[in-house]
Amino acid sequence: MALMRVTSPHTHNRQTTGQVMQLVLLATLPGVLALTFVFGWGTLVNILLAVVFAIALEASALKLRRQPVKFYLNDYTAIVTAVLLAIALPPYSSWWVILVGIFFSIIVAKQLYGGLGYNPFNPAMVGYVALLISFPVAMTAWPTPIHLTPNTVIIPNLFEALLIGLTVIERPMIDGFTMATPLDLVRQNDSLLLNDLMNEYPQFGRWSGYGWEWANLGFLVGGLFLLQRKIFTWHTPVSMLLAIAIMSALFYDGGSSNSAGSPLFHLLGGATMFGAWFIATDPVSSAVSNKGRIIYGAGIGVLTFIIRKWGNYPDAVAFAVLLMNFSAPLIDHYTQTKPYGHNNSK
Amino acid sequence: MRKIWDIHGGIHPTENKKQSLSEPILQAAIPPYLYVPLSQHIGAAAKPIVQVGDKVLKGQAIASASAAVSVPVHAPSSGTVFAIENKTVPHPSGIDDLCIVIETDGLDQWRERKARQDFNFFADDELLSIIRNAGIAGMGGAGFPAAIKLKSNDSKPIDTLIMNGTECEPYITADHSLMLEKANDIATGLAILAKIIKPKTILFGIEDNKLDVVNGIETALNRIDFSTQSGCTTDVRVVTFPTKYPSGGEKQLIEILTGKQVPSRGLPADIGIVCHNIGTAVAIKDAVCLDQPLISRITTVTGEAVNRPRNYHVLIGTPVSFLLEQSQYQADKNNRLIMGGPMMGFALADISAPIIKTSNCILAPTEAELPTPPPAQACIRCGMCAEACPASLLPQQLYWFSQGKELEKLEQHNIADCIECGACSYVCPSNIPLVQYYRASKTDIKQREIDHHNAELAKRRFDTRQDRLIRLEQEKIAAKQARQAARKKTNPPNDKPPTANTSAANADTTATTDNAEREATVKAAIERATIKKATLSTTTDDPVARAQAKREAQLAQDQADPEAKLKRAVESAQQRLEKLQIKLAAAKESDDPNVNILEAGLEKAQSKLISSQQALDDYKKASHSED
Ligand code: SF4
Ligand code: SF4
Repeated sequence: MALMRVTSPHTHNRQTTGQVMQLVLLATLPGVLALTFVFGWGTLVNILLAVVFAIALEASALKLRRQPVKFYLNDYTAIVTAVLLAIALPPYSSWWVILVGIFFSIIVAKQLYGGLGYNPFNPAMVGYVALLISFPVAMTAWPTPIHLTPNTVIIPNLFEALLIGLTVIERPMIDGFTMATPLDLVRQNDSLLLNDLMNEYPQFGRWSGYGWEWANLGFLVGGLFLLQRKIFTWHTPVSMLLAIAIMSALFYDGGSSNSAGSPLFHLLGGATMFGAWFIATDPVSSAVSNKGRIIYGAGIGVLTFIIRKWGNYPDAVAFAVLLMNFSAPLIDHYTQTKPYGHNNSK
Repeated sequence: MRKIWDIHGGIHPTENKKQSLSEPILQAAIPPYLYVPLSQHIGAAAKPIVQVGDKVLKGQAIASASAAVSVPVHAPSSGTVFAIENKTVPHPSGIDDLCIVIETDGLDQWRERKARQDFNFFADDELLSIIRNAGIAGMGGAGFPAAIKLKSNDSKPIDTLIMNGTECEPYITADHSLMLEKANDIATGLAILAKIIKPKTILFGIEDNKLDVVNGIETALNRIDFSTQSGCTTDVRVVTFPTKYPSGGEKQLIEILTGKQVPSRGLPADIGIVCHNIGTAVAIKDAVCLDQPLISRITTVTGEAVNRPRNYHVLIGTPVSFLLEQSQYQADKNNRLIMGGPMMGFALADISAPIIKTSNCILAPTEAELPTPPPAQACIRCGMCAEACPASLLPQQLYWFSQGKELEKLEQHNIADCIECGACSYVCPSNIPLVQYYRASKTDIKQREIDHHNAELAKRRFDTRQDRLIRLEQEKIAAKQARQAARKKTNPPNDKPPTANTSAANADTTATTDNAEREATVKAAIERATIKKATLSTTTDDPVARAQAKREAQLAQDQADPEAKLKRAVESAQQRLEKLQIKLAAAKESDDPNVNILEAGLEKAQSKLISSQQALDDYKKASHSED
């Protein structure tokens, strides 16, 4: 065997980017299961369609850019982006909504910027926001949790869900199939005490939105798993969650009719946990140093809360993340770490 | 228990140390030919002092130190000098270098040795010169001449001496086996070091994957009264700490044991610390007590492509192939041959390269063991590299800037503090050969510095020339004005038009001033010539003798001030480079067919400049700790 001429190091921990991404996919499982349990098969159909579109679009983009298709598909990042976008979309989204979203994620936010590693913005969130602006109605139509659905509405089975996604059969738009989300309710409320509000509407659960709290706990479990596997460090998610907790504590207002909701309501509501553990931790578009990541995460948390309270969107995580993506280079500039030997003796 | 500190980052690669530890150190056979490179250390190459055909005895000096930062080389065994020529040497770039080839006679006959068990008999500077003459250069891998590190420096007193028994690289067990089998030699060597350095504290650092050596080392150390050695109360401690790569890096070990950080671009001596490897301690003991120079070392031979992995006591200059055979090497299974460990070692281009003073390991892995790296993927900025970096750098940013060749940014991000440990590449999930990029960038930065320096010199020369021209011009003008003034004087102001007479007179005076000027110039020239002649005749008329005298004077000066010599070498290299650059530019303009040759020459001159600059830097670094 001819001797290889390669430079050190000659050994590697044998963890590849593809494996990292597979772990991320695995970690979404508890959250996805919770979403499916609460809202029905819609989330899974979203994921299925998104992944198919993502692979197709990524492959064609790579072909056009004359890049090795199989090599790059093997890094699984397109699939991760697709799954994350699919989770963020309302279950039972139509195929063309998903296709447009994936187009923005994969083609505009990623490939046009030069592919993986060069995208300044989180691709999944670019897709999400593009959709939110283009199809505001479709994007705010969250289905009613299965257990709150009136008996008159038939819950679609997996096959029917797929047909709804492909718009072969129509999505039952009758009242009762979709409902205002808990976040909307709290924002719009100006007459009821928070407790009364939560008692009056069935959309609320024990701490936060009914069903939402389970999905959030699911994503929390997945996130902790990734943390334990050292896929990312604690800095971004923890600082983001802390910022949300502090902001909501400041504006809790004792649960009056002006209250923005309790800290627990916010932590386990909307896309908080999903955003903290799966979106904000996207390394490509975030800050690099640990100190930088604390600032970055805190920024996302604060912005999320501000947009939730004063903005007019169903959820704020996507906007907050994109805004902080903008600031990441600046944060990097001001948080350069002190290397060994630069006067930081312990 | 002494307090220990944690370092940032670090990784835990599979250790793979057991394989080579199952058997004790074995004396390797004497090869038919020994290839002894003249440059096995940091600094200038040694100068051969034997000739082809000479008989040499084991331990006899065959090349002498040629500069302040240099060490002599000795015959590893007895025999005949077979050749002095360029041979493959173990070097990352796979270059050839000058080696003394010895045809061994198998007798392994020593030169005369004066054993001297009691080293207290020697004064410190005698010890130092014994160490220097024994050719001891740091055995940990970098190969820094030990004697230079030991020279005392009053402005930077050393209070802590650290013995590095860490050996944090996977696979290598050379130091481990040495600590197991030669604890007493290590202790004696350490005592000699303590006598020279006189530290208040001695810390013996050992990773906790080698706890089996601690007892032996402690017993051996207890036998020695370090306080009398160093002339003050010395606190000697064996400190164990958790295994983590790269704890054995000098800077990392210092932080682990003392909590202090060596300042960037500084030396351990700046914070009162000096660090030596245990292999160096044993070599010092052999040199001082047994009068044996550094002609052999312990080398680990391991990897799945050898059937009998173990440690060898091997002669410097033994071809790697010869050593591998003794461990039943299976070439067909071996995918790459590494000198050093899997993290920082380099791939050998040629299996016949010799073992040198710094060769702590020969690793012959199979493809399954250390697979060919897959093609690199895009950096996903996951930050795992930054988590692993022991120097607290941001490897992903360095990679980014390296790709764009943004040298300024690289310096801002402190690429100079990268110790090339490879931890970042090890964890990178995208398999990016990060360290390779940093090495290339560091070379670029060095090159730019040299270019910058050259440009600066050229500019200065241009400026002086410009100044001179301006001055000449001004002098000309002044002379002209003087002439005109003189003309005016001889030509008194009157309203009459000049007559033929006056104009003739005028012409006359001009002629006289011109003559006077010319005369002055000639006189000056004669004067210059006489002075020249005088200086020539005061020395000698024989040009050969003159040249020799000049060289001798030079040599005397060199000895007095090695730095000046190194500086001169850099300057002359620079001059040569500049001349070549000018020639090349001219040749290019006139489409000279010799452009290629000139270009090659230029490249050579450039590398010469870099190497002489390196020598100067090394010396400065070393003398930085000296004075
Ligand atoms: S480990 Fe590799 S992929 Fe991750 S940030 Fe560093 S260089 Fe990029
Ligand atoms: S090779 Fe350099 S950048 Fe990489 S981990 Fe080591 S010190 Fe840090």
